[in-house]
This record gives sequence, structure tokens and C-alpha cells, in this order.
Amino acid sequence: MTRVLIVEDDPAIRLLLRRSLERGGKRVAEAANARTALAELGRESPDLVLLDLGLPDRDGLELIPAIKAAGAALLVVSAREATAEKVAALDLGADDYITKPFDTEELEARLRTALRHRIGSLPPSRMKCGDLLVDLDLRQVTMNGRLVHLAPKEFGVLAELARNAGKVLTHAHLLRAVWGPAHLDDIEYLRVTIRAIRRKLGEEPQTSVIRNEPAVGYRLAPPS
Amino acid sequence: MNEPSNPRRPDPDALLRAARAEERGRLKVFLGAAPGVGKTYEMLSEAAERKQAGTDVVVGVVETHGRRETEARLAGFEVLPRKEVAWQGHTLTDMDIDAVLARRPGLVLVDELAHTNVPGSRHEKRWQDVEELRDAGIDVWSTVNIQHIESLNDVVASFTRIRVRETVPDRVLDGAEIEIVDIPPDELIERLREGKVYLPEEATRALGHFFSRSNLSALRELALRQAAQQVDAQVLDMVRAQALEGSWGSAERIVVAVNEQPGAADLVRAARRMADALHAPWSAVHVETPRSLQFGAEDRAAVANAMQLAGQLGARLVNIPAAAVVEGLKLAMDDARATQLFIGKSVRSRWFELRHGSVVDRLVRELPGTAIHVLPLGPAADRPGGRTPAGAAHSWGTPGNYLLAVLLIALATAAGSLFSSVGSITNAALLYLLPVMVTATRHGLRPALATALLSSLAYNFFFIPPLYTFTIADPQNLITVLVLLGVAVTASQIAARMRDHAELARSSALQNSTLAEIARRLTAVSLREELGHLLCSEAARLFDAKALLATPSSGGPMVVASVPAQGELEMIEKAAAAWALENGRPAGNGTDTLTASEWQFQPIVAGERVHAVLGIARADAGRAVRPDQVPLLLALADQAGLALERIALEEQMASLAHMQERDRLRAALLTSLSHDLRTPLTATLGLLAEIEPASAVQREQLAAVRGEAERINRFVANLLDMVRIESGSLQQSLEPVDLAEAVAAAAHDLRRTLKGHPVRLEIAPDLPLARIDPHLFHHCLINLLDNAAKFAPAGSPISIEARRMADAITLAVCDEGPGIPQGSEERIFDSFARLDVSDRKGGTGLGLAIVKGFAEAMGLAVRAGNRTDRRGGRFTITFPERLLCKADNTGEAQA
Repeated sequence: MTRVLIVEDDPAIRLLLRRSLERGGKRVAEAANARTALAELGRESPDLVLLDLGLPDRDGLELIPAIKAAGAALLVVSAREATAEKVAALDLGADDYITKPFDTEELEARLRTALRHRIGSLPPSRMKCGDLLVDLDLRQVTMNGRLVHLAPKEFGVLAELARNAGKVLTHAHLLRAVWGPAHLDDIEYLRVTIRAIRRKLGEEPQTSVIRNEPAVGYRLAPPS
Repeated sequence: MNEPSNPRRPDPDALLRAARAEERGRLKVFLGAAPGVGKTYEMLSEAAERKQAGTDVVVGVVETHGRRETEARLAGFEVLPRKEVAWQGHTLTDMDIDAVLARRPGLVLVDELAHTNVPGSRHEKRWQDVEELRDAGIDVWSTVNIQHIESLNDVVASFTRIRVRETVPDRVLDGAEIEIVDIPPDELIERLREGKVYLPEEATRALGHFFSRSNLSALRELALRQAAQQVDAQVLDMVRAQALEGSWGSAERIVVAVNEQPGAADLVRAARRMADALHAPWSAVHVETPRSLQFGAEDRAAVANAMQLAGQLGARLVNIPAAAVVEGLKLAMDDARATQLFIGKSVRSRWFELRHGSVVDRLVRELPGTAIHVLPLGPAADRPGGRTPAGAAHSWGTPGNYLLAVLLIALATAAGSLFSSVGSITNAALLYLLPVMVTATRHGLRPALATALLSSLAYNFFFIPPLYTFTIADPQNLITVLVLLGVAVTASQIAARMRDHAELARSSALQNSTLAEIARRLTAVSLREELGHLLCSEAARLFDAKALLATPSSGGPMVVASVPAQGELEMIEKAAAAWALENGRPAGNGTDTLTASEWQFQPIVAGERVHAVLGIARADAGRAVRPDQVPLLLALADQAGLALERIALEEQMASLAHMQERDRLRAALLTSLSHDLRTPLTATLGLLAEIEPASAVQREQLAAVRGEAERINRFVANLLDMVRIESGSLQQSLEPVDLAEAVAAAAHDLRRTLKGHPVRLEIAPDLPLARIDPHLFHHCLINLLDNAAKFAPAGSPISIEARRMADAITLAVCDEGPGIPQGSEERIFDSFARLDVSDRKGGTGLGLAIVKGFAEAMGLAVRAGNRTDRRGGRFTITFPERLLCKADNTGEAQA
């Protein structure tokens, strides 16, 4: 049974999260502050942690390294305005985030993705997302069965997204993986490359498998 | 040389020097105080270490002078063969510069930088060879003795009386690394005695003199100072080049000695010029000697004026009480850690200098290593009162002083005659010392000397046989009288000097304590008005005059405090006060400017700003401030300036703290709003979704509750955004944004609201990226789409078009709703400006205001209008050219 630890100071939100998690068949532990969270982390060794960053005793960001060290997948629950905080959490190792107010379907979808990445820690050599098929070993991309030729950087971006399918990757993550650590601020490279990939895949931005998360990054997900 | 206007900007000259130093070979000089200290040995030792570390070291030329230790050190080095030159039948050898250039080592050792090359060489001097080697990019190590440095040549010759012909220009050493090779003088003399020192021709001539202990100590000090200066210059260059903030510890500091003689102003200006050129701090010092206590008004004014000028030119002002000028100056120099002294020398007769010695000569002797700049002052013409500087310190005393002396001598005589009956008459002689001491300590030197003379006469008259005559029969008694006279004179001088010191200390302590008291009271004040009143009452008391304080205002100087109470100023007074405020210099009565004013106005300057003027006037319209009171006035103005500056800072701090407190409250409010309102809403919405309705009625009720909760949630979100806009606390982080995908993301987030409305994007694929805040723009788009969805008839499409214009991009959100009523195009963006048409549609009336607020914060323009192709509203966002960046670089070519 999947064990989930909810770290959240508001009892109503805890109740809400617990309900929807238990409905999905998860075993739930709760912590109302950072101190309890660290204790529970040791005792429960959860598979996944839902972390609210606004805790009464400590900044939630400070808990991320401990959670990652415990081997749990991590989903951050954050306010809408806190873009910088989301990016910081992701760069620290959070698997994804969900914005308040969230709807439970979305929460469950994010949970599934995060857990899948944790369980199958070796990425598959082939990734399918909607009509897109990325073969990471052969370095081949097909769209609706049609072979698509990508430039090296374009393939690099798409491959990195495919390896982490469903998860949001920050701009800095993608730039480091494909262009190297000297180009973390060159977001325009990324924008232009994404544009080129979509054109070659024959997609419109609106329906593209590459989803833009404003101010945060991109994620590969089938169009909804 | 002017100060750079921006002190943090790197000095281009310094940068240039640094750049040059980069490509040229570096020079390191082993500097010694005298021959025999072991420079060559030290150079070879360090070079061996370098060689060990892998540097390509060769010996260009090294003189071992047959010293065994040095020769042993030379072993293991590659020594380039010397060049042989035939000269007048002899064969001379010297360094072969071409061989060094051809060999191109990393580092070449060239001993004795000051050496003169053999005739017929390329350069006359060895240092020129070294310059050429460095120009070729080769590092050079060399040795030199301090007396060979050109600028020190004179100094060294002045005390060793040996002038060396071989000198090295100082510029050669500029930027060189200097290492001092130092051994104590005694050890060097010992080595000399043991014959371990090779002596150059110059030194052998006056061996004993040159190697005296004092000479060696002086040379050693010179060498150390030279090295320290070199470090100073390099640190200064480094600091200027990097424009580091803050001050650097060791640099030139200048002191100018101010006295009453004409020409002091020129002296002050000269010091200021030097200070400017060297970027050096400087102070003006006036030594208050017993002599200066006797100054008349004119002399005091002269000193005060010179000091005031120095203050205006940026000097720190120092008054130092001391028994003699030299003593005081030495104290001041020490205190300021000064390296340069500016002093005036009056043109006096030879006779005067023979008798009193020259202050300048004594300073030169007593301040070794200090650069002393001497400027001629005006002739010390005998002024009325004809003082001679040595004697003027002492007054003749009053007739009462002498009367007291006579009385005391009479008492001593009486006591003596009592004792003489029982003891020796020499005991009586000691009694006469008492009146001398009393007079000396109470009335000064001259009455004391008179008392001493009178005492010895009285002793002679009353005690030495034959009695009651001034003749002395026994030669032994003559000695007693002379000893008495001698002891009395000496005692009177010592006592009188002590008295002078005590008096000086007292007078300066009195002034200092008055000022300290005022300063203390000023410190306690934290309101301008209070300060004005305190200052005026103190000034009125100190100067026994009327006082006022005026500050600048739009209508000219405004009197903020006065003692006794004073109304508006007269025309001429106002002009003088205004001038003083504007120029930061005194004006009015007793100054050079607008003298017709009854008041004298002293500017109160602090932090390079004239805060106010202090006005002083006498009730009888006489001279407001006596010249000897000018230093007091200056000190008072200084104190007031500090206090005003402090008050200004306190006010600033208070308003800053106030603003910070307001910002903190606002931030706290925003955080609390977003957390305390939205967290319950999140829970409410989530939990409502969990409820399974049991009937159709419940389902309907539940949907209604949920709808209302969502409305509150949207409203709270909008309210927060609005507060952010109106409080100016929007934080932006700009990045290139692809408009097409930004629109797609907004449409995705709003997919539920937009359900039933096909969203059409008409955006050119190669549109430039826009440098904006993606988060703010996202919410602009959401609000625009939300607004469109609200007004568009069910099932009607919403289209978003982006077009490249000549100097902008426009992005338009178009709906098929009722459109914007004529004349409401501006008003529609106001907060809560729900137009009639939208009445029942829900919404908060904040959405469009937020669009406008966010967009304008990013430099975008928003316009509302109606479609021209059909019925419907059209909202346009314009991205100006400066925010656009070409979308053609993928960094694909990058590694």
C-alpha cells in the first residue's frame, strides 16, 4: 500500500487531502509542522510527501533535502502567487507542485506521475505521449507514425521532457541538461527550440504535448 | 589634479599602469641600507628556490667580491658569459645584454642596479639595461643600496657627507617589488671589522664616518621607509584601479603649520594643492605657545583667518598647546601620522637665527623622513610692542608683583638674621630661594629674575661681612653669592616654565570644557527648534551679544531662533545671511562681505551642506566677534553643524523606519489575506466536491454553494492583485515569453470557464519573443479571456490575434458579445466599473483594472474597443519594440 505523508498546518486542508488520498487507496500520515514532519518521515518512511511550504515553525523549502534523502517522492502545495517559491522547490528536488485552490482530479494525476517516476526509477527507453513516440535509445522521434527529424538541441529538450514525462521541468533544469550550466538564463534558446519542435511535430501551442507552465517551465503531457 | 567626480570610478591612469605592469617583465629589487648587508646572497638564495620551483633562472651578472658564501650560493646557476670590452689598454667585463635577450630566460639576476657600464656599452647605466630586459618581457631581480636612489641621494649625502655618483632614477623602481635586506647596524660594523664587507671606492674614503652607528641607523630607516612608500604607492594604485570602497590605511598625510605671519594663507593653499594632488587628508595646526598667548587682536585674527581658510578648503583644524613651536608641531605630526609638513619661514636676520636657532632646521633634524616644505613668509617686521619671540612669552609683571617680592625678601632677611645667630650664614642663603620660587610660580620669569637679583644683593648686604655694604671681603662668600644667584635664576626659569605650561593647559582646558559642555547639551537635543534656542543662548552668553539662527527657506533666510527675541531681519542683514547660506562662508560685520550688516553670520556646515547661519551682533552695533573669539565661533559652528547633521540623519532614519514599518505591515497583510482567506476557501471548495448529494434538490443546492464559493475565491484573488497594484508592490521578473504558448497556457488554465467557446489563435509562428513578466502576463490573459467568456453568447468563438506592426506587436482578444458602449473605452478599466450590460454576469469588476495595472507595470499599453468586422468587444495589448527580442537563436551552434 502506498504511504503518503501530508505536511500541512491547516486542519481542513489536511482533512480534504486525507479524504481524497484515502479514496485512492493510500495510507495517510499527517504532520502539522516541520518538527512532526521530520519525525514522521523517519517513522513512516512514506513513498510520497505532500508538502505545504507555509509551515508555522520552519520554511517548508528547508524540509526538501530531508524528504529527498528519505527517498520519498515530493509534491509541493503552494499559493498561486508564489512562482519563485515553486521554481525554488523544483530546483531543490521537488517532483511537482500543485497550486491552491486545486481540484482533486488534478492532484491525483500529479500524484500518479510522481509515484510512477519514483517506482520506475530507470526511465523506459521508449516514451509514448499522445501521438508522440520518443525512442531514447535510437534517438528517433515519430509523430503519428511519421518520422520527425530534430536538430540535436531540439532532440535533447524533447528527450529530457520524455524521460520525465508528466513532470514539470524548470527552465533552468532544461537549460542545464541541454545547453550546459553556463546558459541557465538563456530562456530564449529554450523558447525558440520549443517553438521549432512544435512546428516539426506539426502541433499548435494550444494542443501541444509540450505544456507551457508560465514562469516555471515545461512538462510533457497528453493534451487534455 | 581634480578629485574624480565619482570616487568609485576606476582611475584610468591607474588602470593603464596596471595594464603596462602586466606585459612588462617584473622587477624585484633587494634593497639594502649599506654595502655588506647581504643583498646578493639573499637574492641568490631566493633565486635558488625559484629555480627549484621550475622557473627558468639565469645569472646575467653577479658580483661576489670574492666572498666565499656568496660564491658557494652561485653554484648551480646558469651564468651567462660576460662581454669583454677593451678600454685604454685594459680588458673590462660587463653583463652581455644581447646574450640575455637571446637566451630569453624567465628570470635574470642582475646585481648592482646602480652600476655604471664600461665605456662603449649600449647603455651608460646598468639600470637602462634592466629597463630594456623588462621591456622584452623578462623578469629581473637586482640589488641596490639606499644611497643610490636618486631622490634620496641628497638626504643621504646630508648626513653621511658622501655623495655617490651612481644613482638610479626613482621611476625605475616604480611598480617594482622591493625586498629589504636588513641587519642591525652593530652586526654590520662587526662584519666590517672582520673584513667580510667589500667596500666600494666611495666608502673607503671616509670609512669610519660612513659606517658609524648613527649613519647606519639612519640609512636603515630610510631603506625601510622607501620600501613602505613603495607599498603605499602600489596599494594606492591597486585601490584606484579597482576603485575599492573604503579608505586604505597607509598614505600621505599632510600637516600645515599656521602662525600669525602674513603669507599663512598662501601656505595653507599650497598644502591644499599638495593634498589634492596626493589625494591625501590634511590638517592645519596652530601651536599655542606662551608667546601666542600674548598675541594682540591683530595676530589672533591673522591666525583665525588662516585656520578658517584651511577649514573651508577641507582641512581638519587642530590647536595644540605647547611650550615651543617645534614641540607642538612634533606632537601634531605624530597625532596625524603625517608624512609631509608645510611650514613658513620668516625672513629673519642671521643674528636672530644664531641666537634662537631656526625652527625649520630643528624640525628637519627632529622629524627625519618627513618631507618638509618650506615657504617664505612675509618679513617679521617689528610690530608695535616690539616683541622678540623668545622674550615675548614673558610679561614684566605688575608693580604689585615686585612689591610682593620685596616683602618676601624682607621676610627672608628677617628669618635669616634669626637663624644666623644659631647657624651658618649659608643657611640664610637658602632662605632667599623661597621668594624666588614664589615669584616664579606666581608671576612668571621676569619678576622672578628680578627677585633672584634682589635676593643675592640682600644676602650680600645683610649677611656677608663686611655687613651692610655691597663689598665682599672673603672670596669664599663671593662664591656663595654667585651660587645663590645661579640657583635662584635656574629655579626661577624652571618654575616659570611650569607656570606657563599650567597656564596654557588651563586656558585650553577652559575653552575645551566650555565647548564640551555645549557639545554635551547639543547632543541631548533632538528637535531643530530646541537646538536653535540652545545654540543662540550659548552664543549670546559666550560672546556677550545678541544671537540668532537662520535657516534657508523659499523666502530667503528665516530666523528660527534668537536671543533676545528678534523679529525679521533688515534688508542688508537678510542679504548677508543669504550670502553666507549660499556660499558657506561668513558674511556681515567683521568679515570681507557685506560689512554694512550689523550682524555677523557664521555658516553652519556639515556633510557638505550649509544647514543654517549663526548670527552674532552687539547691542551697540560694535564689532560683533572679536578676532580672538573667531576660533571659538568656528568651534561653536562646528558643534552646531554636527548636531544639525545628526538631527537630519535622525529624521531620515525615522521616516525610513516609518516607511519600512508600513511596507512590513502591508506585506504582512497581503500574506495574511492570501493565506487566511484562501486556505479556508480551498478546503471549502475541495470538501464540497467530496459531498455526494442524496437528491436532485441537494445536488442543485450543492452546485449553488460551490458556485458562490468559487466566486468568493476569484474575488479574493482579484482583490489581492488589486492591492498589489495600488500599493506599488508588484514584483517583476522579466524573461522572454512566447506569446502563442502564453495564450495557450492561459486558455488551458481557464478551460472550464471557456467551455463551449471555441478559442481561436491567430498568431504568426515567427513572432518575436517579448521580455515581460510571465506570471503577470498570464493573469492579464486570464482576466481578458474571463471577461470575453462572460460577455460572449454561449457557443460563440473567442479569437486571439497577434500581429507584427512596424514598431510593436499587438495582441487582441475578440469576442462576439455586446461590445463596449460608446465613450466607456477608458472607464471600463476602472475598479468596480461594471457597465450596465454586465450587471447580472457575476464577476468582481476588478478583472479589467487588474489587466490594466499589470500591463502598465510591464510597459504594455491596453486599449478597449469594438470589433470592426462584426459586433463584439476587442481588447488590445501593445508590446513596444524595446520589449521585443528576435526569436532566431537556439544556441544550437553552442557547445
